[in-house]
Amino acid sequence: MSGKTSVRGDHRLVADLVEPGSRVLDIGCGDGELLDLLVREKQVDGRGIEISQAGVNACVARGLSVVQGDADSDLADYPDDAFDFVILSQTLQATRAPRVVLDQLLRIGSNVIVSFPNFGVWRNRLQLMFLGRMPVTDYLPYSWYDTPNIHFCTIRDFVSMCEETDAHMVKAMALNARGEPVGFTAPWWVWNLIGEQALFLLKR
Amino acid sequence: MTQETSPEPTPNSEAKGETGGTQASASPAPLSEMDAPSSQVRAFGGDTALRLDSGALLDPWQIAYETYGTLNAERSNAVLICHALTGDQYVASSNPITSKPGWWSMLVGPGRPVDTNLYYVICANVLGGCLGTTGPASTNPATGKRWGLDLPLVTIKDMVHAQAILLDHLGIETLFAVIGGSMGGMQVLQWASSYPERVFAALPIATAARHSSQNIAFHEVGRQAVMADPNWCGGRYFEKGVRPSKGLAVARMAAHITYLSDPALHRKFGRNLQDRDAVTFGFDADFQIESYLRHQGMTFVDRFDPNSYLYLTRAMDYFDLGADFGGTLARAFLHSATRFCVMSFTSDWLFPTSESKAIVRALNAAAANVSFVEVESDRGHDAFLLDEPEMFRTVVGFLTGAAHARGIAAPNGGAA
Repeated sequence: MSGKTSVRGDHRLVADLVEPGSRVLDIGCGDGELLDLLVREKQVDGRGIEISQAGVNACVARGLSVVQGDADSDLADYPDDAFDFVILSQTLQATRAPRVVLDQLLRIGSNVIVSFPNFGVWRNRLQLMFLGRMPVTDYLPYSWYDTPNIHFCTIRDFVSMCEETDAHMVKAMALNARGEPVGFTAPWWVWNLIGEQALFLLKR
Repeated sequence: MTQETSPEPTPNSEAKGETGGTQASASPAPLSEMDAPSSQVRAFGGDTALRLDSGALLDPWQIAYETYGTLNAERSNAVLICHALTGDQYVASSNPITSKPGWWSMLVGPGRPVDTNLYYVICANVLGGCLGTTGPASTNPATGKRWGLDLPLVTIKDMVHAQAILLDHLGIETLFAVIGGSMGGMQVLQWASSYPERVFAALPIATAARHSSQNIAFHEVGRQAVMADPNWCGGRYFEKGVRPSKGLAVARMAAHITYLSDPALHRKFGRNLQDRDAVTFGFDADFQIESYLRHQGMTFVDRFDPNSYLYLTRAMDYFDLGADFGGTLARAFLHSATRFCVMSFTSDWLFPTSESKAIVRALNAAAANVSFVEVESDRGHDAFLLDEPEMFRTVVGFLTGAAHARGIAAPNGGAA
């Protein structure tokens, strides 16, 4: 997907959540870095979807099974329960209909791993409050007019969408800018303030 | 549609493609190539008679083929190349009629993406063709005359069936890969569907799981052109000692346009005039594009049998893989363990990307292992035969991954 943010430090954490040897679909797999990691280290039967032709070609050239497509239009083609794990890494905010996409993820995967940038992080709040402008950070480097990220949400927004879709939250993590987990449990509002990114493991 | 070429500015310019060469061949293809080809050939019959889709029995029949490279001890490195409408078995070696290099020698050969130092490559002339495999120009053993229209119609499935019998004879149980573009891609899809256990990896390129109405329409124009030529003689031109060259040339000219693209034509020819400064107010070939097309038509008739053109276009028209599975293409690939890499080209309007995506959708629905790459090119359908580095990189990457999975030597040198 084109909605890649500049830091993708969550690959290791995602890999830790995936069962070895499982069937995995990575949506928005970019140049295949995460998928390659999963195939090599977790011996998964891995597939990918990627919107950019350059990304797809890079994936296929490294021997991965990847098709060109996007989360908004192409997930409907997959049968129910097709995969043990479906991963949507740093891509939800770039979809046209995140709620529909989440429904599709839960339909085709027994486990769903979603990571996204948390728009509610204190840094963004300060920029909006004191500069009165849409936040532009190292992690989210785009100006409002050319960003592929058209549906930002905060951690709390995402949690309430999960509740509306009856998705079961198995695991949730707030991550710092380097993609490392915030090393303590805290109420949602704290994570929502300090987490640069969030990572969720969901089940139907 | 093999043997198409990149549009060259004029027929007299140096040609890189397959049919745009400078020298027009002097005489039509020697009849000897149709029964006793320069390539290897294997005759079958009796126990190995061919029961065709139409119900007819072809007995005896023969298939002409070329091989490149060496079959490994495990017999696990065989690659079958399926040729397109007007292609032949000479995928990586000189064509005996035109003396031109193999039609896919940029893709297949030593050190090429389909590396004959690593793989044992087989390419057979299709059933219904005219370079040594039984087709309408072959001699019917029952009559001693050329088959002509007495040959039963053949289908893509029949072509694949014939290739499978040849592979049985060669002692090749499993193919590492089946690769083909256009009509060759249809055969690849048929292979994966008919013999999933024999196909480890499949590369259908610039193709479709069913021939579209528009494409059937173009083929019908071509066939009508052939049959409207008085020299066609109801298909019995061999016996009359004539040849419907004009009809076939027109068919080729019309078809050739569909292999190119408007931007590529415009870039190469524009409205440029051919060897003149002004239009002649007549019907001579004033424009370069006219001259080019006439040349394409003329050189084609020298190497291709008109009836064979009728048979093979019909085989493509009849192809509808999903229809064999109740209209659900996904069912053609159910439980398939084959690794697929589907490829299309952005400017191909004969087999547009939407056709490839329909294949990919079906493969996904069947939970098959599939990759899909759309290559950016403005050269239309012909792109698959030309120098397209992105296509080559994709083929190498896909075959490397598959070779590792198969445990055979991969292009980077290491066995898995």
